[in-house]
This record gives sequence, C-alpha cells and structure tokens, in this order.
Amino acid sequence: MTAPAAEPKLASRAPDVAFIFKKALISALVALVLFSLMIGIRTEAGPAGQLIYWTRFGDLAAVVAAVFGGSIVVELLRQWWGPVGTIRIVPPSVQSTLAVARRAIAPVLLIFTFLVPVIFYDQRYILDLGILVLTYVMLGWGLNVVVGLAGLLDLGYVAFYAVGAYSYALLATNFGLSFWVCLPLAGILAAFWGVLLGFPVLRLRGDYLAIVTLAFGEIIRLVIINWQSLTGGPNGVSSIPRPSFFGIPLTPGDDGLAAKLGIEFSPTHRIVFLFYIILALALLTNWVTIRLRRLPIGRAWEALREDEVACRALGINTTTTKLTAFATGAMFGGFAGAFFATRQGFISPESFTFQESALVLAIVVLGGMGSQLGVALAALTMIGGFELFRGLDQYRMLVFGLAMVLLMIWRPRGLIGHRAPTVFLQHSQAISSDLVKEGHG
Amino acid sequence: MNGKSILTVDHLSMRFGGIVAVSDLSFDAERGKITALIGPNGAGKTTVFNCITGFYKPTLGAMRVTHLDGRAIQLERLNDFRISKLAKVARTFQNIRLFPGMTALENLMVAQHNALMLASGLTFLGLIGAPSWRTAEKRAIDLARLWLDRIGLIDRADDAAGNLPYGDQRRLEIARAMCTEPALLCLDEPAAGLNARESAALSELLLSIRTDHGTSILLIEHDMSVVMEISDHVVVMDYGVKIAEGTPQDIRDDPKVIAAYLGADEEEAIAVMESGT
Repeated sequence: MTAPAAEPKLASRAPDVAFIFKKALISALVALVLFSLMIGIRTEAGPAGQLIYWTRFGDLAAVVAAVFGGSIVVELLRQWWGPVGTIRIVPPSVQSTLAVARRAIAPVLLIFTFLVPVIFYDQRYILDLGILVLTYVMLGWGLNVVVGLAGLLDLGYVAFYAVGAYSYALLATNFGLSFWVCLPLAGILAAFWGVLLGFPVLRLRGDYLAIVTLAFGEIIRLVIINWQSLTGGPNGVSSIPRPSFFGIPLTPGDDGLAAKLGIEFSPTHRIVFLFYIILALALLTNWVTIRLRRLPIGRAWEALREDEVACRALGINTTTTKLTAFATGAMFGGFAGAFFATRQGFISPESFTFQESALVLAIVVLGGMGSQLGVALAALTMIGGFELFRGLDQYRMLVFGLAMVLLMIWRPRGLIGHRAPTVFLQHSQAISSDLVKEGHG
Repeated sequence: MNGKSILTVDHLSMRFGGIVAVSDLSFDAERGKITALIGPNGAGKTTVFNCITGFYKPTLGAMRVTHLDGRAIQLERLNDFRISKLAKVARTFQNIRLFPGMTALENLMVAQHNALMLASGLTFLGLIGAPSWRTAEKRAIDLARLWLDRIGLIDRADDAAGNLPYGDQRRLEIARAMCTEPALLCLDEPAAGLNARESAALSELLLSIRTDHGTSILLIEHDMSVVMEISDHVVVMDYGVKIAEGTPQDIRDDPKVIAAYLGADEEEAIAVMESGT
C-alpha cells in the first residue's frame, strides 16, 4: 500500500541516478587518461643508463576508483544540499557583521602591522617574514598603478625592481652615497626606465603588450648578467651598505645608535629598523596612489582602462597618460628594489627572474585589480600562506595551487571585487566588478 | 568660407583600399546652428565624423574649424586627442562609449581632464592638496552637477554609468561631451534606440544646448522626426557623395533624396515622406 506513494518519488529520482553515474563515469575516464602515464607507468634510469619502467596498475585503479566515488559523493551532496546561494551559506545577520568587519579590516591590519615588531620582538623569523610580505605589498601596490588602474598588463615589472636595487648597490659601493640619498635616485632611474619601456609599447595592446614587457624584464636581467665590468655579472654586488638612522649607523661600536641611546646593542634593532623603513615606504606608495586616484591623472588612468577610444575623444593625451602610469609604477618598484638591496646586503641577477614578476602580478590579480586593500591581503596570503604550508614539504606547491584555484572559483575578480568611486555627490557606493573593465592594453 | 560657418569641410575624400567611403564631400556647418548629416545605411556618414574628429586621416581634402575670435584650425593636421583639446570639437559614439565602471559623476570629471590637469599643476599641486586645486576641483564638480541636473540624472550621480538605463546613458554621453566645453558638438545617432518620449526629451536637450550654450551641433541621425524637428540645415549623403543640401523643408521635397531612401530602404523613404505631410 505504500508503493503508490513511493513510486513518484522513485520516478523523480531515477534520472538523477543516471545523471550521477554518467558524470562519475566521465570524471573517471578523464582521470584514467590523465593518470595512466603519470601514475600507471613509472620510469627510471637503469644502472647502465638505459630506461627501465614498471607498471603500477593497482595504484592507477585506486585513484580512478577514488575519482569515481568522489564524483558520486560530490553530486549527491549537491543534490541533497540544493542550489547554493549566498543567502543560504551566509545568512543576512552574518553578512551585516561581515560588512562591519570589512570596514574595520584596513585599520586593524595597519595597527597590527605597526605592532608586529613589538609583539614578535624575539622572533627573528616572523620579523623577516613581515619584511618580506611588506616588500611584496609595496611591489603589488606599485604594479597596481600600471595593471590595476591603467589596465596595462606588465609582465616585466621585476626589471624596475632590479634597476632600483642595482642603482642603490652600485651608487653606494662605488661612490659611497648613503641609502637616503640613493633612494630617490633609484626611484628616478627606475621611472626613467619605465618611460623608456613605455615608448615602444604605446601602440601595443593586450597579449602583445604583455609579451614585450616580459621581454623587457628579461633584457634587463641579461644585461645585468653580461655587463660584468659594471654589475659584477652573475657574481652580483656584495657588501652593500646598510641604512643608517639619520647618519647614525646601527652597529655595535661606540658611534652606533645603541651606544648613543645608552641601550645594549642587539642585531634585532636593525631588523626592526628595516621593518619600519619598508612599512613607511609601502604606506607612502599607498598614500600617493590613493591621492593620485582622486586627481585628474588617476581618473585618466582608470578611464584609459575603461575605454581608450573615448579617452581620446575627450581630449586626453593617451600617450602621456600611459607613460606616467608606467613611470609611477616603475618608481615604486625602484624604491622597493633599493630597499631590497640594502636589506640583503648582496644582490645578484638571480633575484630578478620572471618568477618575481609573475608573483607580483599574481598578487595584484588575486587582490582584485585596482583595490589597495585587496593587494595587501593578497600579498599576505601569497607570501604568508606559502610560508604557512612549509610544513607540508613536497606537497606545498600542490596545496598552494589548489588554494589558488579554489580562491579563483570563489572570487573570480579577486579578493576585493568592487571599485570605490573617487568622487561622489551624495554617498559613495561601491561599483560591482562586473561593470569595471580589466583593460586591454 | 565666411564668418558664419564654424566647420568647413572642403573636398573631403576617404578611401579604404579600393573602397571609396567618402568622395569629394564639401559642406559648411553654421555657428550656433544644428546641422544634420543624413543618408541611408553605409552612405559614409560615420566616416565623415571619424575624419572630423581625427579618428581617420582623410585621403584628400581639408576640414577647418573657425572659432569666434577668428582663429582657424585645420583639423586634418591634428592628432585625435588634440582635436578635442585645441579645436574644441567633441563627439559621441554610435555605440555608447561611456566608462561603465565609473560613476556618472566620474565620467563627467574625466571629460574635464585637460582643464583639471592644468589646475592641479600637472598633478604636483594636487598631490600636496594646494588650495587652488581644491577650488578648481569644486568648480569642476559644480559643472558636472549642472549637467547632471540638465539631463535629469542628478539623483543617479553616484551610480555606475554601466548600470544606467540605455536612454540615460545616451544623455550622459552627450553631457560628458559638453563637459569638455566644446564649440562644435558632433553626435553620432543620439536618438538610436530611444523611444518616442525619450526622443522628444533629446530634441529638447539638443535645442537647449544650441540656444543656451551657443554650441554648434553636427549630428548624424536616422530618426527623421528628430532631424526634421531640430535641424536648421540638412546635408544628405548617399554612396559617399553629397546628393542634396538645404533646409529640412527643401530636403523633404527633394526627389533625389526620396529616391535614395527608396533605393536603400522603403520604410525609411516612407518615413521621410510622411514626416513631410
């Protein structure tokens, strides 16, 4: 007697089962093709140098079975759970709390950053990591001007980092100039190279622009490697002077800062000092960028990202607008480079590979292009997260890659996915990233 | 030719490879008047526009803008952005080209770029927040506010331009062009996609731009009711050449124009004739 009641339920269930099995089979098939060579066959060089291989079909079968089973479980969960909406996962009450948290995150983060050397005074590792994160925050903010605001995809940003680093290193070791004199010089030189790169790429857009900037980054690195008489080639530049506190060195001697202040010398002083230098530099970058966004030049950058043709119709000189974007971004890269040189005390071309450019670009994209807070959070996630997974040894890259993929599925337009207007009449309301263009040249 | 014309197009020709898009076109646009450029699809109207606003370099011919003070500027010698900056010619686009991710207000601020750039001391005065910059910025916002008020979008000033309805976007683009404070405003099909009520509001806006601001207007339009209602002078093109010129009444009765429209599209020709009766 219960059969008639159960029947419609079964009928509605039946196509689902077929669908689930079909989906699981396809997943298993893809897994079989993918892993048949990766796991199914193991190759190694034999004692005489010949190729030896053996099969591991048992492991292969286990992996494919896991994919098959996993696919069924995921699909069942999805059907049981129903369509996933924001309201369902995050109830409105939690959302309003989150909104408050979102507003508070920037000041809280800033205060925490100021206190890091106080809280973690004894932990050299944390302090070093903090300096590293802040360096990348600064680089991210610098590149954000070019990529996030002006929408010019620059894959060779590391070139300006290198120019800044070598400017300081060579000026300091050859002419004995101090860090504080060299810092602006490094910025100016990097900006100059930014303009030089800008000229040939003015007419290029999108992929072509990316390729040429990538090449530019490599050219700078190769010149540094091969111009041995100036840069020392692959050996790099060593014994780069450390920064002084308004002319007072941070050394254990009698004329050192510790002796002058009458406190016991500790090598941590210098680390803390470096921490505050990079924090100040990063905050300067942030302040200038926020200011620039509200000035006509910053609005022109964003307008350029939105629609270059319309810009020209409004009488905006797109050439100088692009060049100033390149120069401004490069200048901040140069500052960061000079800091990198003084912190390391030794630089070589190995520090300025394409990987660095890619990492900084990833930070900008992950942060949500154009968002200052997003870039800072992304730098913290990327650099800090990478260190967090250190315990996972060989799986570190795997876990990290997976985290990135998940983040991009969850937040395709970056951590901070909206744009704040630069001027408003009644009230400032965030603009959804669906409307904001990414730029194409 | 004389002091009355703001724009003189002189024997303009534009070729793309073997295709002649515009051939030996000459016409004048009078100062303080609305000149309409009409013609069937593919007649070369937008090409003329792109030549005037510097997006194309004409193959042959000259275009001259004469300002009130007697200054004459040869447009074919200027690069695109200088035409807006020096010759004071602003334009809108057939397919709206706003900055969709920026607010309506920001769109109008970007339009005042060149004036604001000078006021901000090429960014440096603005960076330190000099008082002269602050007042200039306030003035710019006031101008933007004025235009937002004129086009009835003052309440949506802080909305993203891409979120506005189609008709509002059209009007915002005109306001943006007006914020560059042009002497000649070139509108490429401003009534395209608008309903009858919106078209009427547009006509009103264009007439007020002409009367209150003394800005001359050159427009391409397919909507004959708008053209016949507001234009002072109409130039008709077909296959790249001018086939007729005159007041809306002259054009309406010109058999060549009717033939051109009939040959191209029956409905449009009927629309021309009907608007004449």
